[in-house]
Amino acid sequence: MNFEFSDEQESLRDQARRLFANAPAKARMLLEADAGHDAELWSHAAGMGLTAAAIAERQGGLGLGALELCVVAEEIGRSLAPIPFSSSVLVATEALKLAGGAAADEWLPRLAAGEVIATLAFTEGSGVWSTAPRGRVRDGRFDGIKTPVADAASAQIAIVSARSDEDGDGYGWWLLPLQGVAQMPVTAIDRIRKHAALNFVGTPAQRIGSPGSGATLTERLLDIAAVYVAFEQLGGAEAMLAMSVDYAKRRRAFGNAIGATQAVKHRLADMYTKVQLARGHCLYGAWALSTAAPELPLAAAGARLAASDAFCYAAEEGIEIHGGIGFTWENDCTLYLRRSRLLAQMLGHRSRWSDRLVRALIAGRAA
Amino acid sequence: MDFKDSPDEASYRAQVRAWLAEHAPGHELPRDRDASEDELVALARRWQAAKAAAGYVGITWRKDVGGQGGTPLQSVIFQQEEARYRVSNVPFAVTMGMCVPTIYTYLTPERALPMVRRAVDGEQIWCQLFSEPAAGSDLAGIRTRAQRDGSDWVINGQKVWTSYAHRSDYGILLVRTDPGVVKHKGLTMFYLDMKTPGVDIRPIRTLPGEAEFNEVFLTDVRIPDSQRLGNVGEGWKVSLTTLSHERMAITKPADAPGVDELIALMQALPGESGGTQVDDPSVRDAIARFYVNDMGLELLRMRAQTALSKGQAPGPEAAIGKLVMAKTRQDIGAFALDRLEQAGIAETDDLRIKPFRYFYWWAPGLRIAGGTDEILRNIIAERVLGLPGDLRLDKDLPFNQIK
Repeated sequence: MNFEFSDEQESLRDQARRLFANAPAKARMLLEADAGHDAELWSHAAGMGLTAAAIAERQGGLGLGALELCVVAEEIGRSLAPIPFSSSVLVATEALKLAGGAAADEWLPRLAAGEVIATLAFTEGSGVWSTAPRGRVRDGRFDGIKTPVADAASAQIAIVSARSDEDGDGYGWWLLPLQGVAQMPVTAIDRIRKHAALNFVGTPAQRIGSPGSGATLTERLLDIAAVYVAFEQLGGAEAMLAMSVDYAKRRRAFGNAIGATQAVKHRLADMYTKVQLARGHCLYGAWALSTAAPELPLAAAGARLAASDAFCYAAEEGIEIHGGIGFTWENDCTLYLRRSRLLAQMLGHRSRWSDRLVRALIAGRAA
Repeated sequence: MDFKDSPDEASYRAQVRAWLAEHAPGHELPRDRDASEDELVALARRWQAAKAAAGYVGITWRKDVGGQGGTPLQSVIFQQEEARYRVSNVPFAVTMGMCVPTIYTYLTPERALPMVRRAVDGEQIWCQLFSEPAAGSDLAGIRTRAQRDGSDWVINGQKVWTSYAHRSDYGILLVRTDPGVVKHKGLTMFYLDMKTPGVDIRPIRTLPGEAEFNEVFLTDVRIPDSQRLGNVGEGWKVSLTTLSHERMAITKPADAPGVDELIALMQALPGESGGTQVDDPSVRDAIARFYVNDMGLELLRMRAQTALSKGQAPGPEAAIGKLVMAKTRQDIGAFALDRLEQAGIAETDDLRIKPFRYFYWWAPGLRIAGGTDEILRNIIAERVLGLPGDLRLDKDLPFNQIK
């Protein structure tokens, strides 16, 4: 039994943690700026190989796996590092790996090097990634509006869901360059991970995956993304727990540290408990993802639900423990609460994942 | 990251599996009805003796005190494999989990060995006489007095929540020997024969309607000083040895209903608009919440097992196990009963329903026994998160001046 990360993976964590050490301050600098991300931090991350980790060696990557990405995702979540790692590495690159084909061979080496940033542009103002798209591809060109698109201002390419005549009743995935595509910034609930509306007009579209395969691919992508996002959530929850425990030890009221009172310490114990449950589920998801286990749909849903619970609880109750100072714009608690909301919603609401989980449980019982 | 046993672990597991497959089925509890307490105890004695003969009792204990000198991981592997069978272990849970380790820690091997052997072989059952009507969470506030009389001690007081006292041959007993010092310092531990004159055991009927617990009245009970465990005034330290073994169980009891049983029950109940209740999104939400807790504890156990296999000790993090497990039993029981509506009113013996009700009735006890939810949260907050201790108004006062 070895249900933890290896020493090598833990040492990767240490490197990532050092790189992201003052990331919350860097994230704060971006809040009111026009820049989409911290370019210097991105180039350091790429230099460390974080963008190449899970890409195969023949496609210019390091040939490591999902476990390494999980470790980095947790550190991104903990530090709020203002780089498009989640959009480009954890989601769009994984989508391209899933779809495979010539486009993957063409773009993965450049994604591995960090010289190209990609994002996923599926939704059209409502629903989730798996909501059937209305936008159409005709004669190899895409017309449609995609919003909200994460890290759109940083990305050079987008993976887009759209219909064409070849897709029948279904839809497909395409890869599109973003140069020349009109962007309208969206003031998103998370002000660090910037979002925009993209207005594609006759944009050349390169199909990835086979015609009509969009829904199937998206289902698989959701399970993969659920595990990585769960690690981001876990890191965020751990950061809020650490900040809240520290504050409860330092802040004094009625002649004592507020953390000495049961009303406060029991809330922190519950926060710790949710984080521990989430960590177990995240590790299970990481294992299932890294071994392509048949348990992946179950493990991914469990990781997502447990980590959403942990991060949302830690962010909401962490502000309560901080009192008034935690409610101010200048306090990092607000950044984490906003991030917790983004991550809870971006892959679909809780009941959607409860349903996926119970379907997987019933399928497992039948098998 | 992988879930495989190491070669040593795999070979131990294979050996355990083969032995259990041969011996456990003959010792199982009836499946179609509840066993009587007499049956439960008789089966437990036979099963304990069979395990002892094969070297599967006291796996982690030292050899010179009657143990097997094995590793914690071997013990975990045996428990995992044993849990596949409906065998009777409850009557010996306190004996093996708490009392015997205390006995062999504080007596010389020569004196401990015969007593350990009789427990290991299933002949003798032990109980733990700790809690009192006025001292539960604040165990160090016990009032049962022991006064020295020559080479004996004379004990007066009352104990409560003593599991299996009425079936026990011996007990370990925490008493106050000096009320003139702060509460933790004036305690001493003894063991006693439960047939000693002046020991009066009365059953307590609890919420589920059963009488597994007892109150034990001690009136002028005379114990020789040779039955003292540890030094006079060090009873608190000795009790911590005992209690450190109590909260090791992290996951739910094997016979407690979980998510699988809930899904089966919901699939058996018709839905409001065709199909079954399991199609209802609110039912799916509830199932998912219970799964996050129960599977989360199972995964936590795997992490604890990883620590054991690396030679590390699982920490006080294990406190979250009982905290989550007990409340989840209450919530899952309430949810199942709620969904049954009128069908859940009769205390039926329907085996799809009964376990949910049974553990719903037991859950309040589970949430209190071995540390209330509040004490466990204190442990997590103080020992794991390093938060300051609660305000303790009595901590510097001699016991006899505490109001």
